[in-house]
Parts: sequence; structure tokens; C-alpha cells
Amino acid sequence: MITDPAYLVGLGGAIGAVCRYLLGEIVPTGSFPFGTLTVNVLGSFVLGFVTFLGIGEELLLLVGTGACGSFTTFSSFSVDTVQLHEDGLSPRAIAFAIANLLGALLAIGFAWLLAEGVTG
Amino acid sequence: MCLGSKPTAPLVWPTTPEPLSVPKQDMTDRHPLRHAEALLLVAIGGLVGANARYLLSLALPGLGGTFLANVTGSALLGFVLYEATGTGLLAAETRLVVATGFLSSYTTYSTFALETIQATPLLGLTNVLASYALGFGAVYVGGYAAGLLEER
Repeated sequence: MITDPAYLVGLGGAIGAVCRYLLGEIVPTGSFPFGTLTVNVLGSFVLGFVTFLGIGEELLLLVGTGACGSFTTFSSFSVDTVQLHEDGLSPRAIAFAIANLLGALLAIGFAWLLAEGVTG
Repeated sequence: MCLGSKPTAPLVWPTTPEPLSVPKQDMTDRHPLRHAEALLLVAIGGLVGANARYLLSLALPGLGGTFLANVTGSALLGFVLYEATGTGLLAAETRLVVATGFLSSYTTYSTFALETIQATPLLGLTNVLASYALGFGAVYVGGYAAGLLEER
């Protein structure tokens, strides 16, 4: 009952969204959207780690699909990039788009190495 | 602009367009109860958004579910944020639950990145290029739609 996917994904989703909101309050918002970049890289690392660790289907729905999925965001990323471009800061928009991709992929790679180390 | 015709009003964004940032800093927003209300609204949006994305991933296995969620979510967020500067009909609380809660949770970067890395190189590259191109384009479409609303 409590392990119904909708509950697990929903609870994780609520936690992930609140954590993203709280992080947005402490990360300084200047002329570069560091908040979005931070959640996307950090969330990708955690998702990669729990996936490679093999924590089981239910925990993966709670932490992976729910929490990490909601903590990270593609819509804010798209809007941030478009806004930088519209502000006449196209090089910065390109740098932001690449930084999100490289940061997330490197974080997943690092998570894989760490999970390999933990599981042996 | 990637669209043939611009909205009647230039694409002006809210001064604090990031759903991550605190909506507006004044005395009432610093009140603990006000903060608790914001967290609750974001949590409710996150609960529904994560489940909507999960259902979409069940309906479209593979990379398709995440891709569709990210593109449609980008269009809707573009609409909501541009609507804030134009007509401004939506209340701040509505934007919090819809934009910061629902849409930001409905879309995901972590699953997008993991699915990209787990796909074949060609499919992964296609996923990145298609998600980026259509995701950015969707923001303009959403903003354009909000501009049409303003004319009414």
C-alpha cells in the first residue's frame, strides 16, 4: 500500500522540489544561473550513485525518479538559457548549456566510480 | 528568435525569472508562516509533477517519456513566466505551485543525463541535440502564446 509507486514517486517528488526551492534561497542569483546548474549537477550525481549502487526498485522510485527527478529541472534550465540569450549574453547562454551537460555527465561518471568502489 | 513573427510585445522576462529564486523579498515574504506556505505549495506541485513524469515514462518507455516531459514542461514554463510580465493574471501562489512545484519537477535533468549516458552514442547525441533544440524552442513558443493572451 505505502509502497505503491505513486506514493513513492510523489513523496520523493515533494522532497526534491522543496530541496530545490530551499537551495535556490541560498545560492546567489547574479548574472549566471548558478542555482539551476547546482541542482542539475548535484541531482545527477545522486541519481547515478543510487542507480549504480542497485538499491532496489522501491528505493529507486523514491530517491531516483521522485527526489532526484524533481530536484533537477529541465524547464528552468531551458528558460535560463533562453533568457541569457535574450539578454544579449549568448556566449554565456552557450557556456551555461554546455556546463549543465558536462557537469551532469561528469557527475554521473564520478558516481559510477564511487559506486564501483563501494560495492567492490 | 526562432519564430517567424515576434509576439506584439518584446519577449521581456520577469526581473527574477528563475523559479529557484524567492518570489519577492518584502516583509510578508520573510514571515515564517509565509515561508511555510511557499514550501507546502512547492511540495504539492512536486508531488503531482513527479507522478505526471513517472506516468509519461510508463506510457513511453526508453528516452521518449523524459524527452516529451522536458519539451512540454519547457513550453509551459515559458508561458507561465512570460504571462507574469504580460497580463499577470495568475497569482504569485499559483506560479509557485505551477512553475516551481509542478513544472520544475515534471521536467528533469538528471534522468535526461543518465538516459543519455546509457544510450548508444548516436542515440545519446541525438537525445541531447533534440532536447536542447526543442526545449529552447518550446520556451519561445510558450512565451509567444502568452503574448497572444495579452492581446485579448
